[in-house]
Amino acid sequence: MKEIILIKNGELALKGMNRCNFEEILIKNIKQKISQLGNVSIRKAQSTIYIEPLDSDFDFEEALDRISCVFGIAAFSRAAVCEKDIDDISKKAVEYLKEQLSNVKTFKVESKRADKRFPLTSPEISKEIGGCLLATYPHLKVDVHNPDIVVNIEVRDYAAYIRAGQLHGAGGLPVGTAGKAAILISGGIDSPVAAYTMAKRGLLLDAIHFASPPYTSPRAEMKVRKLLSKVARYSGRIRLAIVPFTEIQDEIGKNCPEDYFTLIMRRMMMRISEKIANDTGNLALITGESLGQVASQTLPALVTTDYVVNMPVLRPLIGMDKEEIIKISRQIDAFETSILPYEDCCTVFTPKHPKTRPTLQSCVEAEANLDIDALIEKAIKETAFSFID
Amino acid sequence: MNNIVYLDNSATTKPCVKAVEYINNALCENWGNPSSLHLMGMNAEIAVSEARGSVATFLHCREDEIFFTSCGTESNNTAIMSIKYKKHNGKRIITTAIEHPSVLEPIKALEKEGYEVIYLHPDKSGVISLEELKSNLNSDTCLVSIMLVNNEIGSIQPIIEAAELTKRIAPNALFHTDAVQAFGKLPINLQKTKIDLLSASGHKIHGPKGIGILYKRKGVNISPLLLGGGQEKNLRSGTECVPLICGLKGAIDEIGSAEKLYQKQKELFDYAHCKLCELDFIKFNSNSECIPYIINISVPGYRSEVLQHFLERKNIFVSSGSACAKGELSYVLREIEASAIEIDGALRLSFSRYNTNDDVDSFCSALCEAVSVLKKSI
Repeated sequence: MKEIILIKNGELALKGMNRCNFEEILIKNIKQKISQLGNVSIRKAQSTIYIEPLDSDFDFEEALDRISCVFGIAAFSRAAVCEKDIDDISKKAVEYLKEQLSNVKTFKVESKRADKRFPLTSPEISKEIGGCLLATYPHLKVDVHNPDIVVNIEVRDYAAYIRAGQLHGAGGLPVGTAGKAAILISGGIDSPVAAYTMAKRGLLLDAIHFASPPYTSPRAEMKVRKLLSKVARYSGRIRLAIVPFTEIQDEIGKNCPEDYFTLIMRRMMMRISEKIANDTGNLALITGESLGQVASQTLPALVTTDYVVNMPVLRPLIGMDKEEIIKISRQIDAFETSILPYEDCCTVFTPKHPKTRPTLQSCVEAEANLDIDALIEKAIKETAFSFID
Repeated sequence: MNNIVYLDNSATTKPCVKAVEYINNALCENWGNPSSLHLMGMNAEIAVSEARGSVATFLHCREDEIFFTSCGTESNNTAIMSIKYKKHNGKRIITTAIEHPSVLEPIKALEKEGYEVIYLHPDKSGVISLEELKSNLNSDTCLVSIMLVNNEIGSIQPIIEAAELTKRIAPNALFHTDAVQAFGKLPINLQKTKIDLLSASGHKIHGPKGIGILYKRKGVNISPLLLGGGQEKNLRSGTECVPLICGLKGAIDEIGSAEKLYQKQKELFDYAHCKLCELDFIKFNSNSECIPYIINISVPGYRSEVLQHFLERKNIFVSSGSACAKGELSYVLREIEASAIEIDGALRLSFSRYNTNDDVDSFCSALCEAVSVLKKSI
């Protein structure tokens, strides 16, 4: 029996004139995800994308798993293809749903007749197929309110399709429809979640990581790569910049008051990130900051770090609780990696009593003894780039 | 030794080129301790993590579901004995009468401690009945352990269905399978099964001895046998055996696709089956439905030990059954109702991808010679 994957577009169905463009990017993203699994033909019609495998040994489970990570999809399912003929639909429904129906007690049939030339109305189709399934599988009962399984019959332009329920897509907008932004990633729980959240709104991602050997270890860098690979399942390829940060931290330690260490470090990071992001075509920076979570994330502190850059700084987690962030972190399978105990550059040189209510003026004074431009230029010059898939 | 015909691959296999190469590299170059914080440690950790990735890809499961142990026996023991520390209620264990001793012995130990053990008996083809399993499953069941492939007769148990039955009737019970003789031979897709725990070993697939695998489905909690430094996420303390772990990766890398290999082995198996059918003095203990790596035959009237020694003088190596059960009468063959005289004359041929049709021919002609030269013992 011929099987296909049906994909329902998400929010992008609303995008008016841009819809075509959005759909094309979505199809490109889907193709990229499943191309290694074999040849497929992809076709779209009426905010549905049809994926038809051309090889007989196509791994449907793996394909569905990968599609579940593509943004811009509301729902998706496997479906059997039949002729637009009620007898063929009945016959194939009985055969196709055998396994799923044997494990449940109640069901209902929902039908949709997009092709109005089809002689039966939607309720008539449901009645016919429902009756047929009842006759073949006598252990079943119809329950229209709370069925164990919903059987969907769709009569569309080219064919009719049978499926049992559907899976939730990843939602959001297709990656690449919203431009590109750079995530500042440390290796903790928050930044991968922030990256995932913004990719979900259609952004392509670059990543910037600050490394401070010997205060931080090669394992910390490995951890960042691993975290980014979790995000890349959703966002696609990520370009990672690793910025050497030891010298800057040493200079801050020598030349600035202790209670400003973290703030000045953040300001340096933002300055460097903006430059790198600009050079690689990003329109914004992304951070995993959440208001009030730590001393450097109070509103006065954010004001002082924001002030050094012109680029917008997206902070998707700003209003979230830690619990909510952890939930997403687990959902994208990053949590276990995030909590591995390696030092990152934010935990080195932590002041005993960090400033929580800094003023802009006091920050400027605190970093007056730093040769900011020279330090930044050197760090950027020594930055190493690589790609994470 | 040149020109040997090695047909005892279910006992152990020759380590393949890649396995030896990877082991060598880990012993001579990458010999750090994966737990060390420094670069040497990190490189060793990367090697272990890559090997874990290969195993996970091969079994279609997550990397964090794979744990390295020292052998199949340890994996089996860890899986089975962990029941003891489980708080939950059940006291019934279901297994089969033809399991490997590394499953039967820990289960016997639990039996002595008060667990009720049900042994499922196979039919003549060596396969257990799902109906019998079903009728023995109850809410008091805490563990079901059924091997995937029998080591003496190669029969394949319906473990996918058995795991589903178990989870349906006794959702709190753990389902374990000893897959030592199946790993790398039968394509296994753990994502599609309800198996909780699976044991496998490196040296049956041209990897080194001393390396075992325990698959533990995410979300299943079991206790370790060894307490210590907390390696392998606390499930198996003791410094990771990086060289053998790398050797295992080498063996898996050389297999490539289990599906393709299966097809190739099936051809050799069918050829061997055909050739052996021409010998009217033997009886088959295994059937053609079993895994295409094992053929168990009897030469009634001849002692298998004598036959083995006759064959070894011609550089042909087979075994009398399980290499673990030297000299003892096979309980597996007894279970499938082989007569004493048949058990006495049983020979197990077990193949690997290195065997050829010529090996089969050599064995057949040598066996014919043996029968004509040797005196019947009975």
